[in-house]
Amino acid sequence: MLLAGVAQGCVYALVALGFVLIYKATETVNFAQGDLMMLGGFFALTSSVILGWPYWATILFAVVAMAAVGMLIERLVLRPVLGQPAFTVVMITIGVGYVLRGVVTMIPGWGTETYTLPTPFSEGTFKVGEVIFAVQQLAVIGMTAALVAALYVFFRFSKLGVAMQATSQNQLAAAYMGIPVRRVNMMIWGLSAGVAAFAGILLAPVTFVHSNMGFIGLKAFPAAVVGGFGSVPGAIVGGLIIGLVEAFAGRYMPEGFKDVAAYVVVLVVLMFKPSGIFGETARKKV
Amino acid sequence: MSAHLPDMILELANVEASYGPVQALRGVTLAVPKGKIVTVLGANGAGKSTILKTISGIIDPSKGQIRFEGGEIQSRDPAWIVRRGISHVPEGREVFPLLTVEENLRMGAYTRSDAEGIAQDIDMVYAYFPILKERFRQEAGLLSGGQQQMLAISRALLSRPALMLMDEPSLGLSPLLTQEIFRIITRINREKGNTILLVEQNANMALEVADYGYVLEVGRIVMEDTCKRLLEKEDVQEFYLGMKAQGVRGQRRWKKKKQWR
Ligand SMILES: Nc1ncnc2c1ncn2[C@@H]1O[C@H](COP(=O)(O)OP(=O)(O)OP(=O)(O)O)[C@@H](O)[C@H]1O
Ligand SMILES: [Mg+2]
Repeated sequence: MLLAGVAQGCVYALVALGFVLIYKATETVNFAQGDLMMLGGFFALTSSVILGWPYWATILFAVVAMAAVGMLIERLVLRPVLGQPAFTVVMITIGVGYVLRGVVTMIPGWGTETYTLPTPFSEGTFKVGEVIFAVQQLAVIGMTAALVAALYVFFRFSKLGVAMQATSQNQLAAAYMGIPVRRVNMMIWGLSAGVAAFAGILLAPVTFVHSNMGFIGLKAFPAAVVGGFGSVPGAIVGGLIIGLVEAFAGRYMPEGFKDVAAYVVVLVVLMFKPSGIFGETARKKV
Repeated sequence: MSAHLPDMILELANVEASYGPVQALRGVTLAVPKGKIVTVLGANGAGKSTILKTISGIIDPSKGQIRFEGGEIQSRDPAWIVRRGISHVPEGREVFPLLTVEENLRMGAYTRSDAEGIAQDIDMVYAYFPILKERFRQEAGLLSGGQQQMLAISRALLSRPALMLMDEPSLGLSPLLTQEIFRIITRINREKGNTILLVEQNANMALEVADYGYVLEVGRIVMEDTCKRLLEKEDVQEFYLGMKAQGVRGQRRWKKKKQWR
């Protein structure tokens, strides 16, 4: 059960990570993040079930395709409203979410049905001593860890990754350095959507693929807040906390509490640390 | 106007620029000779930073031409302008606070891909500012104001610019540190041959290190001359150097400070 919580938390963490990446770079809260994940799930479904590709190719395809979708959304929908009040931009991301959900239900073969995404991981469990492990959950945890490690290396050591950090910290200075700020922001949207697709694939065995699976974003959002909106490690820790709390709440608390648990955690954390666990207090320069 | 002398690296001709309804530049014409230090003086809000931002492509001029090494560069993309050889040390330093000192420097070299040359240039700025070498793994946001200014200047050097735009490098620094920074600016100019366009409130310092000076008032150039002669002019002394008749000196000083932050 602990493992189930961690595995679920991993998915929240990845969606929260998507929120945070975009927020840090563009100061926009992208409410379509969950729907990007959902679309990623459908891309995976298409390549896996309809085209019959192997699991790994499916992941690659969904991530790359979603990265392209993310960049297109930035270029076509968000860049034209650059400089508008934050509220307008947030409303637009909510609109994008609706559109994505609508489009998915209209596409033949996708629609409003619920699908299973085949995975190579068995449904089985195995026992080490007294502890029971579910293969599926271990796979989710392992893949999340691998992705997070890859992202860490990218942000820390690659020129583009450091430039993305620089752009998030100070756009004006980034422009003075000759960093193409708009293109970098577009790539951050792509990265964020790619991560969302990955999360969608990991989530698929749990909730199946359907057009409303994006509502999990409503749980990932508190995860980002708990971690301190704008902190990458915070998003991951926040995701894990929410996942664990939910798992325990589902077991030991009255029916129904599980679904509000995430928000209770938010309230408690914000009471004691208003900027979130990893929150930077007023360090960011505009 | 010395518009077509071949040794002018940068020329602005009747440049106008606005922020929405606020017109910040009302026809600025100036020229910067290659290899020299030129300064633009002016009070708060005169439009000094706007001139530099317009040259860097952060702001598009509504009228006028900017020529750099013979070609027109107005309204181009900032990244394109950096690649052409202009770098900008922004007002208030604007370092990347969560990146390390060395990462900041590497971002200064973003437009370059010659790893060896970049490594050499990083060593070069460490020689100018040894404190940066000591702190190379520290987050830039944790440096002192003076150290951040050193980093901002170094970062701008990393693109190997032919022309450096410096916006109030003495802002918020102690007189001692200001002197040190200006000493190094002149050294860079002499040793590397970078042309420098320097915007300053600290007129004393600026006129001391620069070769030629312009005085800007509400978006217009109202005076220009060699720095030597500007230093001797009465109204420059009065308004920018705070040297009036002895009797009211204390009071003027105080006023000047207040007005110039
Ligand atoms: N982002 C902006 N939006 C609107 N108006 C602006 C903006 N930036 C500058 N201005 C206006 O443009 C004029 C020139 O500003 P600028 O920053 O160039 O002055 P400055 O000479 O650099 O002053 P300081 O010495 O205070 O740095 C001022 O009247 C200022 O109020
Ligand atoms: Mg200024």
